[in-house]
Amino acid sequence: MEIGLSHYLTVAAMLFTIGIFGIFLNRKNVIIILMSVELILLAVNINFVAFSSYLNDIVGQVFTMFILTVAAAEAAIGLAILVIYYRNRGTIAVEDIHLMKG
Amino acid sequence: MIYTLCFYLFATITVFSAIMVIASRNPVHSVLYLILAFFNSAGLFVLLGAEFVAMILVIVYVGAVAVLFLFVVMMLDIDYSEMRKGFQKYLPIGGLIGLVLLAELVLVGFGWGLGGPVTSDPATAIPALSEMTNTEALGSVIYTKYIFLFQMAGLILLVAMIGAIVLTHRKRPGVKKQNINKQVMRRREEAFEIVKVKPGQGLG
Repeated sequence: MEIGLSHYLTVAAMLFTIGIFGIFLNRKNVIIILMSVELILLAVNINFVAFSSYLNDIVGQVFTMFILTVAAAEAAIGLAILVIYYRNRGTIAVEDIHLMKG
Repeated sequence: MIYTLCFYLFATITVFSAIMVIASRNPVHSVLYLILAFFNSAGLFVLLGAEFVAMILVIVYVGAVAVLFLFVVMMLDIDYSEMRKGFQKYLPIGGLIGLVLLAELVLVGFGWGLGGPVTSDPATAIPALSEMTNTEALGSVIYTKYIFLFQMAGLILLVAMIGAIVLTHRKRPGVKKQNINKQVMRRREEAFEIVKVKPGQGLG
């Protein structure tokens, strides 16, 4: 069977759903939640590149690069916040992170 | 034929390792599965003819982001088994939301598929491979049409770098460091004094 656009979209949809599912499943562990966000962004990237390839338009790949940039920046800042939070509190359990609750 | 085989291989491994990312007990294994997922989606990108993005994915994600994750997971001394306590409790609601989302995506896919074939009206068409490589084509677009977005991306990375350094930087007590400002500002008068010593008396 010929591999078409819908095959790639299916893979991306599965990855996206797995990412959302992971956020709900590992509600206590911030690191896994961050990894799930990376999975979601990967699904978006696959969508972009698949459409770019099948519509013969290179702009999709350009946008994929910008998404990669933002994802890298987000991961760096998120993990930095995680590290200082652990240094100050000694835990990263999500339910203990309520400093702004007043 | 080989294309179909490669697609199913990469797609299966990607989805499998994505499941293992969220399901494995040890976060280190999660990160390693994340790396596997990235490698295989890079394979999917190569199949789609986007070699440059595939290589960027391997270099940026596997080389930087995933290693950063690995580093943080290993650095923080946390009892991860404690965090898995609510796993069973969250499974039904998470599964429900996941199923609803998947159903929505499938519905969107079908509804869109029934609407007719995709018409291509490219803003910037991909040149034929005999004419220009993928990297060259990307470069010719990024550095002309999207130069401001490209600069903004660089700026975002710079801000992220400065932010990460500022956040994690700390002053340790009891560590002697060179204070260049103090060294440069030092004057001759405060550095030493001239004492006239009389012969035979010493400094007393």
